[in-house]
Amino acid sequence: MKGDKFYIFLFLTPAFLISGIFLYYPFFENIKLSFYKTDGFFNSTFIGFDNYIRLFNDEIARGSTLNSFELMLYVAIFQVGIALVLAIMVNSIKRGAAFYRITFFFPIVISGAAIGLLFTLIYNYRNGLLNEILINLGFERVLWLTEQSSLYMVAIPTVWNYVGFYFVIFLTAIQKIPQDYYDAAALEGITGFQKMMKITIPLILGDLKTCLVLAITGALKIFELVYIITKGGPARSSEVLGTYMYQKAFVDSAMGYGATLAVFMVVIGLTLAFITNKFIKNDKLTY
Amino acid sequence: MAEKGLQRLTFWEKFQSRYFSKSKYGKLFIYLCLTLWSMTTIFPLVWVVLNSFKNSREIITDTFSFPTDPTFQNYLKAFDTVNIGKSYLNSLIMSGSVVFFVLLFGGIAAFAMARMQFRLRGTLQMILIGSLLIPAFATIVPVYKMMIKMDLVNTYWALIIPQTAGNIPFAILVISAYMATIPKELEEASVMDGCSRWKMFTKVFLPISLPSFATVGTFVFLWSYNDLFSSLVLVSQEKVAPIVVLLSNVSSQYGTDYGLMTAAIAMTVIPVLIVYLLAQKTFEKGATTGAVKG
Repeated sequence: MKGDKFYIFLFLTPAFLISGIFLYYPFFENIKLSFYKTDGFFNSTFIGFDNYIRLFNDEIARGSTLNSFELMLYVAIFQVGIALVLAIMVNSIKRGAAFYRITFFFPIVISGAAIGLLFTLIYNYRNGLLNEILINLGFERVLWLTEQSSLYMVAIPTVWNYVGFYFVIFLTAIQKIPQDYYDAAALEGITGFQKMMKITIPLILGDLKTCLVLAITGALKIFELVYIITKGGPARSSEVLGTYMYQKAFVDSAMGYGATLAVFMVVIGLTLAFITNKFIKNDKLTY
Repeated sequence: MAEKGLQRLTFWEKFQSRYFSKSKYGKLFIYLCLTLWSMTTIFPLVWVVLNSFKNSREIITDTFSFPTDPTFQNYLKAFDTVNIGKSYLNSLIMSGSVVFFVLLFGGIAAFAMARMQFRLRGTLQMILIGSLLIPAFATIVPVYKMMIKMDLVNTYWALIIPQTAGNIPFAILVISAYMATIPKELEEASVMDGCSRWKMFTKVFLPISLPSFATVGTFVFLWSYNDLFSSLVLVSQEKVAPIVVLLSNVSSQYGTDYGLMTAAIAMTVIPVLIVYLLAQKTFEKGATTGAVKG
């Protein structure tokens, strides 16, 4: 169309200008900063790979990475697993499906900070929800947040928070499967568990992959719940990469090293997303 | 053939089909599981809301009962001591602005991407998809430095600008995918009527694509409203702090004041919950389209 050039320019410029300055430029600037020792403002020296060497010798960074991986494992297995089971179950019932959809999904809309505060109350030693239940049943109080347990205690709300998200994705995918497939299977005598393994799951493999990639990359971004429930403690037993990066860059003013940690997180995320993508091969399905 | 299929069933599968899928007990078991999970989502909130109407001592002594003498004291305290009303306002202003700018700039860019032909289109598309992989952690340090230089830290703009930038690629991708499905005839008809590209966008494409705008809007709002990490770095001062920062402060400073904590949680959760119940379909659709964002 005549005069399109002008409009294309007009329409695209604001979006790409803002994203360019405040998303793409900082992304590359961050990589550059990871080679500097800097508090962000006055002192800034180029130190080559020193930050990366520091990263690999940093005990806390190693611990946080392992914790992040452990959370990733729980998230991939339980978040996606529970969501899949719930979706298959809801799909098989007629009455009350709408009720379950609503109640399963709503933790998503609550901010992580509120959920964190909620679980702080649940785990509280004195009159937390859990200890009150124990007392009412005639047991002793339990200290829920210890060095051994703290990581599980943040894993639980993390899983709980996002199950609904994957549940809705799975349920939508399952409901798209045409009834003919199941009818044909029924003629072959395939029902119940086998039906699920041989029809439902293979047909939603694409969505399963998407969910796994999202869960894995999402696990690297875990921050709120850890920050509020345990602050990474006790004794760094629940420190994850997100909280450690925040602490280094903005509490300890080691911005260069913080940037290095961020680069490290992106590299892990991309690698794992790539591996998951390769690992689960699937063809696009259209019914 | 059918019999052969049956023969191949293992013991567990026979057991399963007999006792779960075909029997009443199976259905009962399914309902039991589903109800248990929905209890885990409902019960903690009910508990918090009930307790928010009790005074701190009653929370300790009778945590599971209905409030015997309902009191609004905790809510009053939330407004007085931590100024939750102000944080609410801050959150609404910042997240509202983010949604507005994302939909405005993302919307017109999506229109250009979906309905106009130009050389760099493919490249830009790749860049947009790539940018979904950039987490806030990877840009926050330089963004913070820039905001300090521009003297914007602890003003609304400090959060609005980077969040807008971070959400624009998502908006362009979702909205342009929707616009691409609109029939070409509509475009041609509007050209016949003498519409300019701008008019074509406002009079034809914007109204038709409103569902995708709603989806993007709800999700961008949620992401922005819930983003504790960027808020802590960029807008942590009390006069601009959004609600998530306030909650984080409450947990570290008033961690023993159960009444205040329950009231703060209830006040953050209930409005969102009401909006969710009203617009539940939009939210769920957002989850399935939002899945493209990493």
